[in-house]
Amino acid sequence: MAEPILDIRNLSKSFGALKATDGVSLDLRQGEIHALIGPNGAGKTTLIQQICGSLTQDSGSIRFLGQDIGGLGVAARARRGLGRTFQISSLAPDFSALRNVMLAVQARQGSSFRFLRNVMADTTLTEPAMNALERVGLAGRARIPAAELSHGERRQLEIAIVLASGARAFLLDEPMAGMGPEGSRTLTGFLDGLRAEAPILLVEHDMDAVFALADRISVLVYGKIIATGTVDEIRNDPAVRTAYLGEPA
Amino acid sequence: MMPKSGRRFSEKIMPKRGSITRETMVNAALGLFLMALPFGALALGEPFYVSLATRMAILALAAVGLNLALGFGGLVSFGHAAFFGIGGYAAGILAVHAFNAEPLFSWPFEFSGSDRIPVVWLVAALFSGLAALAIGAISLRTSGVYFIMITLAFAQMIYYFAISWPAYGGEDGLSITVRGGFPGLNTAMPMSFFLICYALLMAALATVWRIRDSRFGAALQAARQNEVRVASTGIEPFRIRLAAFVLSGMITGVAGALFADLNRFVSPSMISWQMSGELIVLIILGGTGRLFGPVAGAILFVLLEFLLGGLTERWQLFLGLILLGVVLFARGGLIGLIAGRQRHG
Repeated sequence: MAEPILDIRNLSKSFGALKATDGVSLDLRQGEIHALIGPNGAGKTTLIQQICGSLTQDSGSIRFLGQDIGGLGVAARARRGLGRTFQISSLAPDFSALRNVMLAVQARQGSSFRFLRNVMADTTLTEPAMNALERVGLAGRARIPAAELSHGERRQLEIAIVLASGARAFLLDEPMAGMGPEGSRTLTGFLDGLRAEAPILLVEHDMDAVFALADRISVLVYGKIIATGTVDEIRNDPAVRTAYLGEPA
Repeated sequence: MMPKSGRRFSEKIMPKRGSITRETMVNAALGLFLMALPFGALALGEPFYVSLATRMAILALAAVGLNLALGFGGLVSFGHAAFFGIGGYAAGILAVHAFNAEPLFSWPFEFSGSDRIPVVWLVAALFSGLAALAIGAISLRTSGVYFIMITLAFAQMIYYFAISWPAYGGEDGLSITVRGGFPGLNTAMPMSFFLICYALLMAALATVWRIRDSRFGAALQAARQNEVRVASTGIEPFRIRLAAFVLSGMITGVAGALFADLNRFVSPSMISWQMSGELIVLIILGGTGRLFGPVAGAILFVLLEFLLGGLTERWQLFLGLILLGVVLFARGGLIGLIAGRQRHG
């Protein structure tokens, strides 16, 4: 079998006595959506932060595209192709939607030390950025400052940014959060097609979306993965039912 | 996710190029006002006002440098007087050596200072840039209040160094007997010297204008708004900020050299924390992160200093009240008040 795109082995992270990540092993394979679920406080976001580099693991390894990235910083990992969206939208609020996406295009081209040319006249930035906005349905709102977009639109903008960044793997931290049923359905349909572009590690609370999308599901409880498997396997796993789905075994 | 419109998006999304905004008109008015001031003064037979306008242009230039870091980069440096002073001392030391024909160093070549303004600029930019590189490389690892304090601490170190350096005047400062010369101009004429300062200010504004709208400027301004966002797209905020800080220090340093030549005097007070504070006040008065904010701020500041200072010794009390008003009711400063909110394409 081909090597997974992202391969996490025995990752551990403690905050004092609290084991936020406790020997987690997880992989993400080409073409799949791997959902990471678990109750609040299970350590999902902590895990995502270690994968992205904003937190350093105490032990364990993170390999991405065949290379150990465990010692790299956030920006270096992003340049290698880890595209992350945030649980709470993290955007440049004064910049328009378009300029937010253009920044990702610029980062992908690896050329921020250019001092003279006006970015708005640079079609190698504006065209790919507009394409990404068009794909998520935000093209009509391109010139609106991110701070003035609605909550749902900001979520869409986050997706547009990772699309434009040319990521080789997507780490989506609760992309449906606060979206409303219709927005969630649209986004579910969109993510369904996105896995062909790059595999997705999806942290999500919306179980309808998870069960509709995931090729595999891992269940994280108190920092430990208690089960990994297909939708059906996870649905019927007694430990998962007790620990997470809230049903007696 | 949504139906495509089919039309070329560049047509409907991009604004008409070359459209003149209100801010552009305000900027032009400020530039013209500053230009007209010394000519008007001469016409009215009040040559003193020429040096007042020169002071405005030089302080504006210093603040243009700080505005790059503070306004666009969100880096609240409370130590820019260090670069202003280093530029000033560069001018002073070069002038003294040139006047006394004392060699400054004799290896690898003999150099007896210089009284040529372009040479002074280069030296001022070089040394203030190096200082900004060292100070920035350490300070930019912190943020917020710590950044403010650490830049202040560095500036104070340089301040006390200047005070305790007897070779170049120590506390008493250093007099420049003859203002530096410029090819083709008689700099002893106040008007010629004003024109040099004004031209340099305009060149710096043009440079910062290009940088603001460039890829580098986009990364710098985005890092001010959301550092995490910038890092997660793959751009290292530290490197962007350090480059901006160095460039910022160099511009302020050249302004310092001009300031020393204007007063024909340089002293540790150019490096004092009050000077750093004045530069910040200029920017807030004029409009933080606005291209011509430093120009508006410098004109306003020097006018207030002159008009109120003529009425009372405690003119800074009134400056304080005005500053309070700006911070409370006009966050965009003078430019924000006249030209409205900032727009980022």
